[in-house]
Amino acid sequence: MNTENWTPDQPIVSIKEVHKSFGDLEVLKGVSLDIMKGEVICIIGPSGSGKSTLIRCVNALNDIQSGSIQVEGQEVHDPRLDKLALRQKVGMVFQQYNLFPHKTALENIMMAPVLVLKEDKDEVEKRARALIAKVRLEGKESSYPGELSGGQQQRVAIARSLAMQPDVMLFDEVTAALDPETVKEVLVTIKDLAQEGMTCILVTHEMGFAREIADHIYFTDRGVIVEHGPPDTFFDKAQDPRTKEFLSQIL
Amino acid sequence: MLEAFAEFFRQVAEEYPRWNFIFFHDERQFWRVVSGFQYTVVLSIACVFFSVIIGVVGAWMQGSPLKWARRLVQGYIQFFRNTPPFVQLLFFYFALGQFTPTITGPDGWTEVPLISNVGWAIISLSFFAGAFNVEIFRAGIEAVPESTTEAATSLGFSRLQTYKEVVLPLSFRVCLPALNNNLVNLVKTTTQAVGIAVPELLYECLGIWNDYPSALYPTMVFLFVSFILLVGILVFGMHRWEKAMKIPGYGG
Repeated sequence: MNTENWTPDQPIVSIKEVHKSFGDLEVLKGVSLDIMKGEVICIIGPSGSGKSTLIRCVNALNDIQSGSIQVEGQEVHDPRLDKLALRQKVGMVFQQYNLFPHKTALENIMMAPVLVLKEDKDEVEKRARALIAKVRLEGKESSYPGELSGGQQQRVAIARSLAMQPDVMLFDEVTAALDPETVKEVLVTIKDLAQEGMTCILVTHEMGFAREIADHIYFTDRGVIVEHGPPDTFFDKAQDPRTKEFLSQIL
Repeated sequence: MLEAFAEFFRQVAEEYPRWNFIFFHDERQFWRVVSGFQYTVVLSIACVFFSVIIGVVGAWMQGSPLKWARRLVQGYIQFFRNTPPFVQLLFFYFALGQFTPTITGPDGWTEVPLISNVGWAIISLSFFAGAFNVEIFRAGIEAVPESTTEAATSLGFSRLQTYKEVVLPLSFRVCLPALNNNLVNLVKTTTQAVGIAVPELLYECLGIWNDYPSALYPTMVFLFVSFILLVGILVFGMHRWEKAMKIPGYGG
C-alpha cells in the first residue's frame, strides 16, 4: 500500500460523505468522520442505524456508492488498491467471533501471518504465544473454539487480529453475543489495547465502557451522524433530541 | 496347504455339480479372477480419486464470480446427472474414441488408440460420479457460515486460500456421509466397464461361467462377496476419516 504521502499528523482513517445502499435501502447517507492515530472512538446508536455497515466499509468488506474512505492516505475503494495490504493494516473483530472451528486457538492466531504474510512459522508462533498471554488465555493454546466460552473465543479473535500487527482495529459489537459475566473480560482486553495506543473504532452498546474508554463518541441514527463529541460533553450535555431520547432509553 | 484347499473344492465340484468353484482349483481360472479383481481395484481407486478432484474443482468454479465458469459447471452437472452412466460410457468409448489420436503400438506396426478402453472407463465414470460430487460439495460449502469466510477475508486471505484453508476443511466434515454414499455407488458402477470390454471382475466372471456353466452360482457368489469386501474397505476408511476429522464442539 502506498502510504508515502501520509504523515501521522493527518487522520489515520478519514471518512468523507460516504453513501452506501443495499438495493433500494440507503443505509449510510453521507457520513464523515476523522480518526487520528492512537485515538479511540465509539460509534453508538439504535439498531439499523448503519454503525456496523460503516466500519465494514473501512476494511472493504462492504463497498460504497459514493464518497471516500482513506486509511493512511490510501483510498480504500480504489479498485487498484492492494486489499491484502489494507487488511493487514486494519484488523477486525466480529460480534460472533467467527473463529475457524477446525483450528486450535494457537493455530487460529498463527494462520493469517503464516499464510498471508508468509512470515516464518517459528517467529509467528512466538508472537502468537505472547498474544495468548496478553489476552490472558495461557493454557488454552491447544483448545478448539468449540471448547472455549464465548468470552474466551472473542479474546482469541482479538489476538488473531492483532497477530497481523494492524495499525487500526475495528470492533463490531464484540460483546453483544456474550453472557454478562464474560463481557468484562473482553472489555478489559480492549482497554489494555487502547491504553497501549492502538487506534480503535468500536461499535458498541456498552455505554459505560464507551464513556470510560473513548476519546470521541459518534451517535448515528438512520444513516447519518446526528451528534458527536468527547464522552463527558456527549453524555451529559447532548443537544439533539434524537440523542437525548436514545440516551434516556439506554442509560 | 494350498493344495488341500484346491482339493477340497475339487471334491465339492464332484459331489455337487452346480457348485464348481473352478477358480479355486484351476490355476488358469484363478489368475483370471485375480486379474479381474486387480482391474476393479484400479478402476475404483482411479475413479474415486478423479471424481473427488472433479467435485472439489467444480464446486469451487460454481462459486466463481465468472458467469461462464458457473454455466459450464451447471451444464456439466445437468448432462452427467441426467443421462444413464452406461450410455455415457458407450458414448465416450465409441463416439469420442474415434476422434482421439492413435499411436504406434509396442510391436512397431499396429496402431493403438491413445486412450485405451480402461482409460475411457476411468474418464467416463469419473465424470459421472464427479457431477454428483460437485453437488455434494456445494451443499457442504453452503453449510459453512458466511461470517466464517468473512473473517478469513478480513484477515487478508485470498479467495483460493479461504477455499483451501477454511471452506473445504469445514465442508468436508459436513458432506462426508453424502460423499460416502456416492463413492460406494461409484465402486459398484465400475462393473459397467464390462460394456467396453475392460477386463475387470465382472468381465472375467462372465467369461468363466460361459466357459464352465457348472461355475455359474459360485462365480456369482464370488462377485457379491468381492464387492461386499471392496465396499466394506471403502466404508471403513471413510468412517475412520470422518472420526479423525471430528472437531470438538463442531457438528454432531
